[in-house]
Amino acid sequence: MSRLAITPSQTVGPFFTIGLTWDDGSEVVRKGTPGQIWIRGVVYDGAGEPVPDALIETWQADPDGRFPSAEDPRGAVQLDGFRGLGRSGTDEHGRYQIRTIKPGPLPAPDGGIEAPHIDVTVLARGLLARLVTRIYFADEQAANESDPVLCALPETADAQTLIAVAQDGGYRFDIHLQGDGETVFFAL
Amino acid sequence: MTERSTPPELVVPSYPPEHAKVDPPLDYAGYRSTRLRHPRNPLVPLPQRLTEVTGPALGDGRVGPNDHDLTVQHGGEPIGQRIQVAGRLLDSGGRPIPNALVEIWQANAAGRYRHGNDNWRAPLDPNFTGAGRCLTDSAGRYRFLTIKPGAYPWKNHPNAWRPAHIHFSLFGRAFTQRLVTQMYFPGDPLFSEDPIFNSVPDPAARERMISRFDWDTTEDHWQLGFEWDIVLRGPAASVFEEPHA
Repeated sequence: MSRLAITPSQTVGPFFTIGLTWDDGSEVVRKGTPGQIWIRGVVYDGAGEPVPDALIETWQADPDGRFPSAEDPRGAVQLDGFRGLGRSGTDEHGRYQIRTIKPGPLPAPDGGIEAPHIDVTVLARGLLARLVTRIYFADEQAANESDPVLCALPETADAQTLIAVAQDGGYRFDIHLQGDGETVFFAL
Repeated sequence: MTERSTPPELVVPSYPPEHAKVDPPLDYAGYRSTRLRHPRNPLVPLPQRLTEVTGPALGDGRVGPNDHDLTVQHGGEPIGQRIQVAGRLLDSGGRPIPNALVEIWQANAAGRYRHGNDNWRAPLDPNFTGAGRCLTDSAGRYRFLTIKPGAYPWKNHPNAWRPAHIHFSLFGRAFTQRLVTQMYFPGDPLFSEDPIFNSVPDPAARERMISRFDWDTTEDHWQLGFEWDIVLRGPAASVFEEPHA
């Protein structure tokens, strides 16, 4: 069967806040959701400067490892107040933040278990296509040690760049687009 | 499809990496801002599992009744050529993607964005914000009413002008399908010198970012019509699909 040719990516540009800013963008979960945490971080460029015009989007399972998505072959589950998606533009200091709850572990098609993680899209002026990375959690050491993605990283990839560390009220996850401490980015 | 007894095997769709041959390189010297913002390390392959093949449902409450019409968001009409931009959101398997969020943003007719960092000497239009959103219908169709954006200068190189464009943001249904792109207008003389447009290596793929002038939606004494279909990565035809009856 012939397939349609896909539409190419272009940069989000410097002015996306006109169209892509939502008042509730940071709210993966409704305020007051039990177990809510903040994930905060800074996006840096290859000169170590903060990136003030990036857009961070996150997508994750709920604490039971379920998604509010009909694409889940196990069926959609809508946890009250849980959107699963976070969206945060960086401020003038390169900072982003999302309010969420920790996702649960996930069954993998090969029979393994994926450690709790959040998929991340990075968009910015100067990025001609999105970057994809993952947030894991420092306090899930045992799960991380058997996570199929972390275990399959090449030796040159610094797994620590994928681990969010505890910080008051939640976790810190910085993103380094290039150079020292460059975040591991994925081809999806 | 093989019959299996319990426990049910977890089978997830697979989205072929069709973007790898279509998208621009992250390191593209012609576009200066890529210099410090592209990763130097090779991307690490990420297998597609549950997080990657699922995605948010963003219909409810996300779109207001006039959000698709950028010409009625203020007290008066914006200056400029009134246009309709419409088309279908499809996946590469040819399937329409219904009930999907489409977000757009653009410059005004003079080529200026309503954004604090855009301060070149072109007028703002008090009747134009330049942001729109809609949901695709059951056939995957979207439609916006707006004014044609102007070209605008940027400082990438001497006398650099971006061809007129509208930014589009699509989620599709799965994290694998996320796309942010730009729609252009046919016959723009600025294409040949624009590094962002030309960052897409395949000329045929570049053409897919250009809308088509459409007489059918052009209305006498009212608006010009442009048609533009958007194609996202789709799942490979595979065992999980039921054959058509």
